[in-house]
Amino acid sequence: MPSKAPETETLAGTNGGASRHISRDERLIFERSAPGKRGMELPPLDVPAVDPASVLGRDFARDSIEGFPEVSEIEVIRHFTRLSTWNYAIDLGMYPLGSCTMKYNPRVNEFVARLDGLASEHPEQPAEVSQGCLRVLHDLQKCLLAITGMDAATLQPAAGAQGELTGLLMIRAYLESRGNARKKVLIPDSAHGTNPASVVIAGYEVQNIKSNERGQIDTDHLREYVKDDVAALMLTNPSTIGVFEERIAEIAQILHERGALIYMDGANMNALAGVTRPGDFGVDVMHLNLHKTFSTPHGGGGPGAGPVMVKKILEPYLPVPVVVQKESGQYALECNRPKSIGRVRAFCGNFGVLLRALAYTLAYGPGIRQATEDAVVNANYIRKHLEGIFDLPYNLPSLHEVVFSDARQKKHGVNTMDIAKRLIDYGFHPYTTAFPLIVPGAMMIEPTESESKEECDHFIIAMRAIAAEAEVTPELLKTAPHSTRVGRLDEVAAARKPILRWKP
Amino acid sequence: MRYLPKSPSERREMLEAIGARSVEDFFHSIPEKFRLREPLPLPGPLSEMEIIQYFQARAAENARGFTSFLGAGVYQHLRSVVTDALVQRGEFLTSYTPYQAEMAQGTLTAIFEFQTLMSQLTGQEVANASMYDGSTALTEAVLMAERLTGRHRVLVARSVHPEYRQVLATYAKNLGLEIKEIPYTTSGQVDQGALSSDLLATAAAVVVQSPNFFGVLEELPGLAEKTHAAGGLLVTAITEAVSLGIVRPPAEADIVAMEGQALGVAPSFGGPYVGVIATREKFVRQMPGRLAGQTADAAGRRGFVLTLATREQHIRREKATSNICTNEALYALVATIHLCLLGKEGLREMALQNLAKARFAQAELEKIPGVQRVFSGPTFNEFTLEFPRSVKMVNSALLRDKIVGPFALGTHYPELTKRALVCVTETISRAEIERMAVAVRRILESPV
Repeated sequence: MPSKAPETETLAGTNGGASRHISRDERLIFERSAPGKRGMELPPLDVPAVDPASVLGRDFARDSIEGFPEVSEIEVIRHFTRLSTWNYAIDLGMYPLGSCTMKYNPRVNEFVARLDGLASEHPEQPAEVSQGCLRVLHDLQKCLLAITGMDAATLQPAAGAQGELTGLLMIRAYLESRGNARKKVLIPDSAHGTNPASVVIAGYEVQNIKSNERGQIDTDHLREYVKDDVAALMLTNPSTIGVFEERIAEIAQILHERGALIYMDGANMNALAGVTRPGDFGVDVMHLNLHKTFSTPHGGGGPGAGPVMVKKILEPYLPVPVVVQKESGQYALECNRPKSIGRVRAFCGNFGVLLRALAYTLAYGPGIRQATEDAVVNANYIRKHLEGIFDLPYNLPSLHEVVFSDARQKKHGVNTMDIAKRLIDYGFHPYTTAFPLIVPGAMMIEPTESESKEECDHFIIAMRAIAAEAEVTPELLKTAPHSTRVGRLDEVAAARKPILRWKP
Repeated sequence: MRYLPKSPSERREMLEAIGARSVEDFFHSIPEKFRLREPLPLPGPLSEMEIIQYFQARAAENARGFTSFLGAGVYQHLRSVVTDALVQRGEFLTSYTPYQAEMAQGTLTAIFEFQTLMSQLTGQEVANASMYDGSTALTEAVLMAERLTGRHRVLVARSVHPEYRQVLATYAKNLGLEIKEIPYTTSGQVDQGALSSDLLATAAAVVVQSPNFFGVLEELPGLAEKTHAAGGLLVTAITEAVSLGIVRPPAEADIVAMEGQALGVAPSFGGPYVGVIATREKFVRQMPGRLAGQTADAAGRRGFVLTLATREQHIRREKATSNICTNEALYALVATIHLCLLGKEGLREMALQNLAKARFAQAELEKIPGVQRVFSGPTFNEFTLEFPRSVKMVNSALLRDKIVGPFALGTHYPELTKRALVCVTETISRAEIERMAVAVRRILESPV
């Protein structure tokens, strides 16, 4: 493979005109491999060498790994640096993916997460030499409880979806202790897909409930659904159309009167921090996505962290271990909690993510409200400048995000995905397409507080220009993007005959 | 505030453009009684320097500078500075899940390389692009086996990581999944005699770990044969992925659930790490988690996309194979870069050094009166020793020598009090091993 002429083969991809990020094509690392090269050397062995076949036994020893790469350090640097230039990122510009909250990831958080004495610590080391780590966890817990107005927390869940499951298992354990776990969990049709998926793993049935014409929960309708077999309502507030559930108090009352609980998906806490507290408006259990509201980097899909906050009644059911501060002032991991739902992840959760979230919170302090305000101003500013141009299916006060639809552009044969792909040519990452499900052809825009007025203006100009193009040259949108290393990729072919690994 | 890019006058300008009198207008949809009147009681705001000082102070309260003999699912290995330099590029660090493939080819290509590396390492046909960690990967692997076989009982070796088994129990409890524990023998391996044909006949899977929690390698080909004959699947957990540099891969297993932390990820007090599920091609549609697949654009240029998404929650909702959404993509990238640097020879050499150092340490410690090996099965970089005294007492004394001692097995195995799981990787020098042996000898010789 390496003997082929690279000019003709690998540079072909870039000749289709100007592109923003691409310098040249790059083969897979396996295609650069040649026997005898390596990119990392170890200090010499300072104890007697052993022969694996005789120590482990012939049946357990392995020969070399077929196809494994053999490349030098500089080749690794260039390979991954080149790949990185094919990505868009929040460090490059606005990333208005609604519901995903792509905000600035402070660099100091990366620095402190790598400190010797934090990154180096083993989760099983004795508490007496882990006081620093445990205090980080305890301090973060205190901050998150203050922000949410809840009573107790677990930091263990590895992501929002695992937080959902953890919260549901606690609801189940609580209801079981009262004699009946019940059968159903109610989920509005505007919810994230993780909600129903988590409900099933918690052993409950999903009961979908329709939103009303305002995209909100219809309380009369809700009353009919809330019977004695309902364990909880899973509510995203503000909802996925970026609107606060105005009748939240009544909703809480309806649930609580029948002995059911309210779970809040805190994915949109970015709109509430410092302004209102879920603990005050009737929520019994909720999770936060620290990789959203609390700025920890998404890294192309993760890691995240999904702490769960609960009211007093659910505290006995928190997963083990629980971080506590003893009377002596020492911190400890408490495992002996007989009513606990058990463990949801090995060790103490995604500590490195939790630590970054604490660094973010400390940077703002009470000023976190300003971040919320700026996020809301940005969303409303964009809404104001686009609402005459794109269809606004729910004309309700927006908080941190605004959801348009492609209804007007559809007349020209252009859909939300075409507009999204064309945005790429204007140098922006697209908004979220086709979600929430209650909006056909949804265009869900969340600028976050990290965007300047100038960046918002550029985005507005781009969206207006695309709307104009949709009327005159719809084909330009339907074949977009035109500026990237590859054009629209054939996803159908990828799924029909999956190629999931490189082979020699 | 330094993270916020707006001047006071720009804020006013934007409000005017919107037609709002003040920012309060936007919050009128929140019932007034729920709106906060006071600033939140939070510490801060802190400048960058103060944030660094806070965390440096915390680091000083930990075991910084100690030599550690802990493994038990988390391993300290050498890492090149190159890996960290590359993953800190904002284009990787601050990008989202690659939903828009055309502007995420960097992440998607790296994921495809990760899937390839994980398949090669485990001897499996396909691997996904990450689960949260090894413990949740194992749980998801078991649920996958349940779906594939339609059976609702699993036979789990007692020598599987205790915390992994606890996570599995938490998930299994409400799903009608029965877990039966299989004991271990004096070799430290799963007791194949306890895997009766009656049990196997109704089991979705036999679940083992190799090297197991006692550091001992399991005989996978035999286990696979027995399990398959009864119509079940063999699920194998791997917590120490470096072992695969010299240990035969679990190719006979049907599903491999691996913790990738050992492949270049810092211990970081328990996470974030990177879980992996690897399996046979024919099972891929029951596999949870993200997958990147190769395809082409209209001009025939090779590119990569997220694929087989109809398994996932954002499409299938309550019928999805899992609720996982956010995963550990950045640490999949860490493992990918780390393995590319190490390469074929480097990984083998690292594994050989672990084997040699662990042998040396075991021999040194066994010279101490009353200290002896517990299990007879073959081991990689962890081994189980019996001490004449409480492991916790020994460990507590070792801290004074700035040594974090071995894992006390009695914590999870009442029958194994006074037994310690010692881990020695290539990061520990001969001098440190000898210093530890001297300290243990001194502690055991001192009067109680």
